[in-house]
Amino acid sequence: MATLVIAEHDNAALAAATLNTVAAAQAIGGDIHVLVAGQQCAAVAEAAAKIAGVSKVLVADDAAYGHLLAENVAPLIAGLAQGYSHVLAPASTNGKNYLPRVAALLDVEQISEIVAVESPDTFKRPIYAGNAIATVQSSAPIKVISVRATAFDPVAGEGGSAAIEGVSGTGDAGTSSFVGEEIARSDRPELTSARVVISGGRGMQSGDNFKLLYALADKLGAAVGASRAAVDAGFAANDMQVGQTGKIVAPDLYVAVGISGAIQHLAGMKDSKVIVAINKDPEAPIFQVADYGLVADLFEVLPELEKQL
Amino acid sequence: MKVLVAVKRVVDYNVKVRVKPDQSGVDLANVKMSMNPFCEIAVEEAVRLKERGIASEIVAVSVGPAAAQEQLRTALALGADRAILVETDEELGSLAVAKLLKAVVDKEQPQLVITGKQAIDSDNNQTGQMLAALTGYAQGTFASKVEQAGDKLKVTREIDGGLQTLELSLPAIVTTDLRLNEPRYASLPNIMKAKKKPLETVKPADLGVSVASTLKVLKVEAPAERQAGIKVGSVAELVEKLKNEAKVI
Repeated sequence: MATLVIAEHDNAALAAATLNTVAAAQAIGGDIHVLVAGQQCAAVAEAAAKIAGVSKVLVADDAAYGHLLAENVAPLIAGLAQGYSHVLAPASTNGKNYLPRVAALLDVEQISEIVAVESPDTFKRPIYAGNAIATVQSSAPIKVISVRATAFDPVAGEGGSAAIEGVSGTGDAGTSSFVGEEIARSDRPELTSARVVISGGRGMQSGDNFKLLYALADKLGAAVGASRAAVDAGFAANDMQVGQTGKIVAPDLYVAVGISGAIQHLAGMKDSKVIVAINKDPEAPIFQVADYGLVADLFEVLPELEKQL
Repeated sequence: MKVLVAVKRVVDYNVKVRVKPDQSGVDLANVKMSMNPFCEIAVEEAVRLKERGIASEIVAVSVGPAAAQEQLRTALALGADRAILVETDEELGSLAVAKLLKAVVDKEQPQLVITGKQAIDSDNNQTGQMLAALTGYAQGTFASKVEQAGDKLKVTREIDGGLQTLELSLPAIVTTDLRLNEPRYASLPNIMKAKKKPLETVKPADLGVSVASTLKVLKVEAPAERQAGIKVGSVAELVEKLKNEAKVI
């Protein structure tokens, strides 16, 4: 029994979610191999070889895999999967994109966003926006699984010394091509792995007012998130959205500012260790999950909070 | 081009679901059902493609119980030309649904298939990608913009760091993100007209598809309850609690 973990990376650096996914693989047991598919990704492969508990790193370095296009990487992964009992990928937008394609090529069902491993064939996963937890058992010969990174503590990124081996696949399927991308640049920590997250909602009233959150975030070394209402109103970029349809976060501290706390938003943050809600409506549902609530006008609270920190 | 849109009947997104005491699932008796919100966006996008002269015919398809006819009628009222219901009372996994949709795609030969990115009940986010694998078509998942570029499709996708644009050969599969469009409401005259539009019903066996599953749900539980905490009176008190009680700053 061996598990193949698909590395998340940007061709230059290994993403933290890979370490959480390896942790899920350790809970399953057996040998752990990591696949790095990309273009000029030797540095990523070297970083993957240092992950504690990984015994082999497979590298598929090809222009066709540079942007992890599903049409190109899915056949590569499905081909390699034959030798494994489990194939795991982080439930990032990349993992969500290629992994179901891998599962269908292997003619097996995929198990999405597991939050716990009960045994090598039994897993827990949230359904209905996190309002129910299903325990599912798979009898598939190859178990294809995406992992909710925030549900597993990362393994150490240092200390391992896995062998690196080159592999190749079928390359470019010729049905899709990369045109371009717009990556939001930020000096703040990445939202899904930040220790502190400060999120703004409709109550922020304008995109300009998000400056108040940025100032506070910089004091705390926090990432800034947003509710769907704030994103739809154009206050914040959509990759900042926290919720069922956006990112799932579980930081040590989550500060919800001007956010009412709809089911869809709670699905993305209710596993945070400590939740603070700042809202002027004492009836807002967010107070039902908040450890510390402050009923007050956020425009008075935020500058004062910044001053006191 | 001909466009196929897949829609799913799910519990309405505003409903706070309850887990059954015997842990066999979620209680759906007498609960309001609706079209999955991402599927509404898929229908809207197809209708807009038709209004822009890109799509020539829109076929709505659903895999589900007889009652899913309601959601297909909604799709027809929003602008789909005809509908197909693959009727089954079993709750199928994404792979079985993708196989059934593949059989419909083989028959209908659409140039473009639009599905939602995920259903808000199972939260799987798999069907569109699986259908793309089974048909061998290119996939544009989590789309926030779809444009025709000659004989190709230009799709802007929402990815973790921002946005990514891909060019896909046709035929292709697109799955919708929330920001793709704002779905319209069906007007009463259109709802009346939709009653006369054709709705064909087929069974999985008619399509020659086996829906056997390798996945078994052992139990469904309510998540650990989070208790409401305390309300603090001032910013100073909040900072003091976070520093000394919760020790998170």
